[in-house]
Amino acid sequence: MSQSSLRKIVIVGGTSAMAQHCARLWVQAAPAHLVLAVRNAARAQTAAADLKVRSPGSTIEVVETDFLDSQGIAAFAEQVSRGGVPDIVLIAHGSLPDQATCQTDLNECRDALEVNGVSPVLFAEAFAGKMQQAGRGTLALIGSVAGDRGRKSNYAYGAAKGMVTRYAQGLQHRLAASKVNIVLIKPGPTATPMTAKLSSQGVAMASVEEVAHSIVTGIDAGKPVIYAPAKWAVIMMIIRHLPRFVFNKMNI
Amino acid sequence: MVKVCAWGRLDAFDHDVRAPADRLMLPAMLDASSSGLAFGMGRSYGDSCLNPGGVLWKMTGLDRFIRFDDATGLLHCEAGVLLRDIQRLFIPRGWALAVVPGTQLVTVGGAIANDIHGKNHHALGSFGDHVRRLELRRTDGQAIECGPELNADWFAATVGGMGLTGVIATAQLQLRRIPGAWLQTETIPYASLDEFFVLSDESEADWEHTVSWIDCLSKGSHRGLFMRANSVDIGAQPAPVGGSKSMPFTPPVSLVNGLSLKPFNAAYFNLNKRKTGLRTQHYEAFFHPLDNLHHWNRMYGPKGFYQYQSVVPPGVARDATGAMLEAIAESGEGSFLAVLKTFGNRRSIGMLGFPEPGATLALDFPNRGDRTLSLFKRLDAIVCEAGGRIYPAKDARMPRAVFESGYPRLPEFLPFRDPGISSAMSRRLMGS
Repeated sequence: MSQSSLRKIVIVGGTSAMAQHCARLWVQAAPAHLVLAVRNAARAQTAAADLKVRSPGSTIEVVETDFLDSQGIAAFAEQVSRGGVPDIVLIAHGSLPDQATCQTDLNECRDALEVNGVSPVLFAEAFAGKMQQAGRGTLALIGSVAGDRGRKSNYAYGAAKGMVTRYAQGLQHRLAASKVNIVLIKPGPTATPMTAKLSSQGVAMASVEEVAHSIVTGIDAGKPVIYAPAKWAVIMMIIRHLPRFVFNKMNI
Repeated sequence: MVKVCAWGRLDAFDHDVRAPADRLMLPAMLDASSSGLAFGMGRSYGDSCLNPGGVLWKMTGLDRFIRFDDATGLLHCEAGVLLRDIQRLFIPRGWALAVVPGTQLVTVGGAIANDIHGKNHHALGSFGDHVRRLELRRTDGQAIECGPELNADWFAATVGGMGLTGVIATAQLQLRRIPGAWLQTETIPYASLDEFFVLSDESEADWEHTVSWIDCLSKGSHRGLFMRANSVDIGAQPAPVGGSKSMPFTPPVSLVNGLSLKPFNAAYFNLNKRKTGLRTQHYEAFFHPLDNLHHWNRMYGPKGFYQYQSVVPPGVARDATGAMLEAIAESGEGSFLAVLKTFGNRRSIGMLGFPEPGATLALDFPNRGDRTLSLFKRLDAIVCEAGGRIYPAKDARMPRAVFESGYPRLPEFLPFRDPGISSAMSRRLMGS
């Protein structure tokens, strides 16, 4: 199969556990041309080799990118869209900050807001225009249930993910008349290396395979909002609607 | 600290669980200052996968394939890859693991560390026989590559070494050609141990897979169901779609108990007796029937359960197995998942590897405290007298003397231990 006939899938944050499991599902379903945008190419090479074993017919490209450099993000979008706009862009990078540190160290707080909020929306904006022009493609962003309502235990992360949520809504509105799909994914707590600390505190976690499966099937279906696992849609609806006097008494 | 229990759910202990995301992150996480232990899927039944109060390195993040050569079938992968994922990826391409245990929800590292066996031991030996190379990471920072022809002493210590020689980071496995995902299987009821041994002898030459379920409650004569299978080429057929189920909670008492066991076993025997003869079965249904019932170990209630798996040498296999079954029937303790199988004429290449020639009997017992433990003492006596051994991956209670008599290569093994690694079992059976 020639490269041009393969589905082109771009994953920003291609070494995250969630992204890697999505990538596995995609290449195992059908060979694809995958572009992994990463901060550290060495770790990404192990992921690329893994995908190549799983799907020898796929091509895996690793691109090292600065996630916070707006010029670099624009250049990256330009470069990977040459020869055709991607069929799918999944923006999956992020890092879970320690809330207490964010409250005492403003540098830490800014970093958390930038990498989890500003950076994903810049990537989304960079690709949205190209997809709109081409009139096709699916742009998926990984938000979080944490973005649905600010909680004392992680509102720095939650605020950044809330920004992703609003931005995705705006893009959905803007592109409603086009054939471009904007998909916002809101995973609940998922067992990945990013959340290893939470899990050691006894927080119940969904498996990353299960969440990746929800993401991939949701993207294929072009759903505007995916809670993964689905039960979080109900839980967060309740949390969002709790009156403040009740919510503020909760230790969450 | 998180509570972690082994598959037998006898007890849960606090552990400091650390999860490397890939093999590049692993070396930095191993430090010799605190005693740790690699932990995969937690399918060992007893205490070989626990390190109460200490560190567990959760290895399932090391789930990447590294390289596969489609011409030779050599697969290089990280140690946290599940056997299930290897099978599901490579069987459609005509390659499979040579040896799979009763559950495929175990990691490659765990399969090596316990030198697991399957229903084809008489044909292909145990898991370690198909490992070509592995990379061992020691807590002092050393990396040791070993295999049957490279640092063979390290390899022999690590295969079946219960994770005590270092952390297995990656492994190269020799897969083998198979025609597809399907097996031709045959079930034959038998009415006595003698019949079982005749069936085993007859089947070993022509059937790759043999195993039997035995009704350990039928006194006197021991009835059971002998199952044998070979790979078969029926072309590419879709795998049967059967949803998996889960035991959603732990019942307050064991569902396997004095009231349920007899009817369970009788019903199981009589239902399956009618399914005798040749059938075509998908490999997952034949090899891993319990994998679709998640958390089946909860069925034994809050006190958990023990497994008792022994192997006794061929010369005394018939008598020793008979004596064990009599002791069980007399004790009134019972087992539903009772499996009897003959091993082939080869030993594990591991210094502490379990498989050796003879007959292996695996039994599960709900934990009823002293009553269960006193039965085990009787069984230990029979196994020791026969010159047999007990499988550490299943064990939570064997006395040190029983371990030492079963594993004469223990003194040879001890110098290869990593001083920064310890398990509840190693402290119980090796003193540290």
